[in-house]
Amino acid sequence: MSPQHRVPQRLLPDPKIVAQSGPISPQRLQLRGLDQALRRAWGMTVTRMIQEVQASGILGRGGAAFPASVKWQSVRDADAAGKLKYGVMNADESEPGTFKDRVLLETDPLLPLTGLAIAARGVGADKVYVYLRGEYRHLLLPIQRAWEVVEGTVPEAVIPLEVRLGGGAYIAGEETALFNSIEGKRPEPRLKPPFPTVKGLFSQPTLIHNVETLANIALAFRDGAGPFRKYGSASTPGTKLVSISGRVNRPGVYEVPFGIPLTEIIEGEDTAQGMQNGQRLQAVLLGGAAGTFLTSLEVAEAAYDYPALRRFGASIGSGALVVFGETDSLPEVAQTLANFFAEESCGQCVPCRIGTVRIKEMLEQFSLSERQVDLRDLAQTMRDASICGLGQSATTALMSLLDRPVLWSKNVDRGKGAV
Amino acid sequence: MEIEESRQLTIDGEVCQVPAGTTLREACLQVGKEIPALCWHERLTPANTCRACVVELEGSRTLVSSCSRMVEDGMVVHTDTPRVLHARKGVAELLLSTMMDDVNAPELQKLAQATEADPAHFRVGETLVQPIRDDNDLYVRDYSQCILCYRCVAVCGEDAQNTFAIHVAGRGLQAHIDTGFDRSLPDSDCVFCGNCVQVCPTGALIGKTEWSLRQENEWDEKKIQVTETTCSYCGVGCSLDLHVLNGRIVKVTSPYNHPVTQGMLCVKGRYGYEYVQADVAHLQGS
Amino acid sequence: MVGSNAAEAHPIIFQHILRGVHQGAKLVVVDPRATLTAKRAHEHYALEIGSDIALFNSLAHVIIRDKLQNQSFIERATTGFAALQAEVTQWPPERAAAITGIDASRIEHLAHAYASAKRAMICWTLGITEHHNAVDNVFALINLALLRGNVGRPGAGLNPLRGQNNVQGGGDMGALPNRLPGFQDLTDAAVRNRFELAWGVPLSPKPGWNQTQMFEAMADGRLKGLYVIGENPLESEANSHHIERIFDKLDALVVQDLFLTPTAERADVVFPAAASFAESEGTYTNSERRVQLVRSALTPPGEARDDVWIVQALARAMGHPWIDKSAEEVFAEVRELAPNFRGITYARLAMAQGLQWPVPHKDHPGTAVLHTRLWQDPVDPRVPFMPVDFSPPVERPTVDYPLLLTTGRRLAFYNTGVQSNVYAHPHNQGEQVEVALADAERLELTEGMWVRVTSRRGWITGPVHISASLPPGVVFLSFHFPDQVRTNVLSIDATDPRAGTAEFKAAAVRVEKWSPSQEA
Repeated sequence: MSPQHRVPQRLLPDPKIVAQSGPISPQRLQLRGLDQALRRAWGMTVTRMIQEVQASGILGRGGAAFPASVKWQSVRDADAAGKLKYGVMNADESEPGTFKDRVLLETDPLLPLTGLAIAARGVGADKVYVYLRGEYRHLLLPIQRAWEVVEGTVPEAVIPLEVRLGGGAYIAGEETALFNSIEGKRPEPRLKPPFPTVKGLFSQPTLIHNVETLANIALAFRDGAGPFRKYGSASTPGTKLVSISGRVNRPGVYEVPFGIPLTEIIEGEDTAQGMQNGQRLQAVLLGGAAGTFLTSLEVAEAAYDYPALRRFGASIGSGALVVFGETDSLPEVAQTLANFFAEESCGQCVPCRIGTVRIKEMLEQFSLSERQVDLRDLAQTMRDASICGLGQSATTALMSLLDRPVLWSKNVDRGKGAV
Repeated sequence: MEIEESRQLTIDGEVCQVPAGTTLREACLQVGKEIPALCWHERLTPANTCRACVVELEGSRTLVSSCSRMVEDGMVVHTDTPRVLHARKGVAELLLSTMMDDVNAPELQKLAQATEADPAHFRVGETLVQPIRDDNDLYVRDYSQCILCYRCVAVCGEDAQNTFAIHVAGRGLQAHIDTGFDRSLPDSDCVFCGNCVQVCPTGALIGKTEWSLRQENEWDEKKIQVTETTCSYCGVGCSLDLHVLNGRIVKVTSPYNHPVTQGMLCVKGRYGYEYVQADVAHLQGS
Repeated sequence: MVGSNAAEAHPIIFQHILRGVHQGAKLVVVDPRATLTAKRAHEHYALEIGSDIALFNSLAHVIIRDKLQNQSFIERATTGFAALQAEVTQWPPERAAAITGIDASRIEHLAHAYASAKRAMICWTLGITEHHNAVDNVFALINLALLRGNVGRPGAGLNPLRGQNNVQGGGDMGALPNRLPGFQDLTDAAVRNRFELAWGVPLSPKPGWNQTQMFEAMADGRLKGLYVIGENPLESEANSHHIERIFDKLDALVVQDLFLTPTAERADVVFPAAASFAESEGTYTNSERRVQLVRSALTPPGEARDDVWIVQALARAMGHPWIDKSAEEVFAEVRELAPNFRGITYARLAMAQGLQWPVPHKDHPGTAVLHTRLWQDPVDPRVPFMPVDFSPPVERPTVDYPLLLTTGRRLAFYNTGVQSNVYAHPHNQGEQVEVALADAERLELTEGMWVRVTSRRGWITGPVHISASLPPGVVFLSFHFPDQVRTNVLSIDATDPRAGTAEFKAAAVRVEKWSPSQEA
């Protein structure tokens, strides 16, 4: 990694700190400076707290990149009616190729939970929930214990925290479906508006953040907005945890500043350390199952930031990078993704319920070129008319593939069925 | 008196004012734009699932469902852009791709005709065709015809009956209406009010009498006479529409605009009429 | 909701109630059984059978003790507050707790909840009125509503849910021994005079007999002939064996019914009647005083005729020159004579989907809320508080009859089953003797086992259902399946003399194991 993009580990703890303290010990809290983050937050008025979030420029790290301060202000403003309010940490990390929240919660749960405590104070939440992916069951007790450590540090009583385990549905990571799940209902996305900040969990104003967003909030309060913005780009301050997998030498979770060239993430000594067995890069699927395929040429040009990626029709999404070598069949990958969405559609709305299955079937039976028109036609209906992000983006990766014939024209006949 | 707040918006170029709390679909209707909808029902909370009612809202990344989106000041709405028409047609084609051609779903067929949908367009695989569930003498379930509009779930739940006997189970195309572990209706929590049958927009839920007559090809809508009367059981005074075919009551419904029932009945009102047409042997006792 | 299982007996009213609940209303159910209605409530008060007045008086006690009554309303609109205060002073929650089985603290809580509600409605049904002290039960509830001014306002009030399609309409039309159509007082000479002029016959100023009084007169031979229209008293009345004996004493019995019921089987003459809701024209009045049309959709079978036709034909046969009037023409006559109905026409009923009386003139929209006058000065006449004392059910558990039988309805069925046993309901499995879990264990009963239930008046047999909704000591039966289980053989005909209603809700019984071979 070039020196200009080398960052000290912030979201992930320094190895020295890891060696000196257990992940949920009071010592860790101090070594990470989180006691200071809490003290600073508790020393501020809530108005000042929201200003701090705004100044730090944190964008949501769950995929939508929505400014955190806008959410805070909206939940705060919902106070007028004096209603109960909730804070929720979305730890239902289920996006294929994404595993950074798991690493964060396993190695340093105090960081995001400090962020959660601060956020709860900032919006005046009466109770907080952690919605934890069911497969992360091993993190349930650590999260509860970490909350006790945070509680023991703040000057006044901290509000109750409840951890809820997901039941294995991808869609439950969608924020309103997640609320339904906590409420004991079927995890189906709700119509927005009303947005969660106005009518969220149990129909009350709710602040919901991804684990990594809350970790960033803890850092912003520890260091102050100015120092926080030292890394990253002007429009997207801070660092990002990327989950990189596929044909690289060192798959894993790495912390990078926004704006870093994609190639540096793939090739960097501190990061993925280049392609396996020296094979040539064919493409990167950027942002998860609903992400975008970038060709090797595009990868060479792209910087890891929202405005820069927009040029390629791509986005950062959940921070997943799946790297494909030249021998990988991307139509087969598209098929796998289609299977995934057909499996994970909740079934509520027509375009997604039936559309995801039809996409899957068409990819099974025909080559991409044969049904290209129908695929595009159906994708448009799904994108325009599905209720939630799942259906709207279920064909994003496929469409990005269709738009880059170089990635499939040479193995166009690899699709199953009629050739 | 409280002054009703109003909202101003533009629909297909026409500026209009409607009361706050109006849905986009109602607003469109007020300016003479009828928006199709399959899951929407006047008596029920919008389920927002069929997506046939989508319209284009300037500034919105996706189309929005007009049945449930409330009007806001300054909205600019288009009801018949190519994008809207494409989505509507897509919805019809997708639904029809799961069904047989002879499905009893008048509203869906109307949508298909209006959008010139091709039923075969996406008929590339899995369908919902499955055996008919005929497990009691009051109503029959033919989920091959189900469009998963959620009306039956809403009416069985908080919107009316509060029995909560059914919900959607499974996901994706396997999502289906379930009684809980696929029990038969008599073994489920169902109380046979038949309100789900009344709101079902297809032949998925159908009275046993109507179903049997249709099987025999003896159901003839044109010959049915409907008489509005009042139920003979308890003192609530539910309004009944008696559907009479060839001198026999074959179906009972209730008008949605009636102040007492708002379209809902209990099992006695909906199915307890047989005593007026029991066979003579029974009439004379034993 | 007091003594009302509306979820089963009035399902569509209960939908309206639950809509209120979903919008934030609090629902409290007072019922000995944990009924479906109670299960949907925020709070359920499972009181001892027949201990209602102890509870209501104690609620009044707490409200007055804590000065939560609506004093200005009481001073403006009521009389007799001092007398009520004197009565309920004797009902501290501790005393009521001993009788009702409800903790004193819960009684306090309920009193405060009722008193703190801006609008509170009390609904009841036969759990209140099928007692030997039915009228007192109702008075005690009225006292509560008056204490808080919960009358004559939308969202408040006292609401007895009518059990039958036209029990209200029957009263409307003067089918009461002391009333003329429109609830007009028979003993009022001016009223009588109006009817005498219209009908051209003198009317006796003496009120007739109510049903209980008729049965007494049948028993002692003063009543020799009976014309029964649309009732099946042999199965619906309490103490069936006694009813059979007094029907045997009649010289002449005429029954007008849809079916050859057990009552009709005993008749000298049977008039087959058309089913009103589907085969004839007319009106019903529902629980909210809404007069609604019924219309003919079918041709009645065989010789069956409209009730109106039969009554008129009978009058002519008896030598009166009645002209043949349609139901609508009869209704026009009612309009002339009853001010409450003056503004109602069939045409308006069709347009408006029913009208709630009183409708004093043709442009009147109907009356959704009664007694609004109590909020307009001057209040004349004022309404009296009616202090009442508690009196337990006539039969209490004894060594020989250690359990209390209470009766009620089931959702899919109705009364003696004449109508409801014809359609093919999947749950039509006949009657079951519902026994509480503790009693079942003590008596070593298992689900489905046959038992004999014996009261002082007779016995029946049936299969046991062990019910989680019953408190220990209580047995439950409906009376929907008289061909199988004649529940009313057991029930007691102790009757409130003012209302003429028997205590169907409390009869002492004994439950024993029984095998069919014992029947022989």
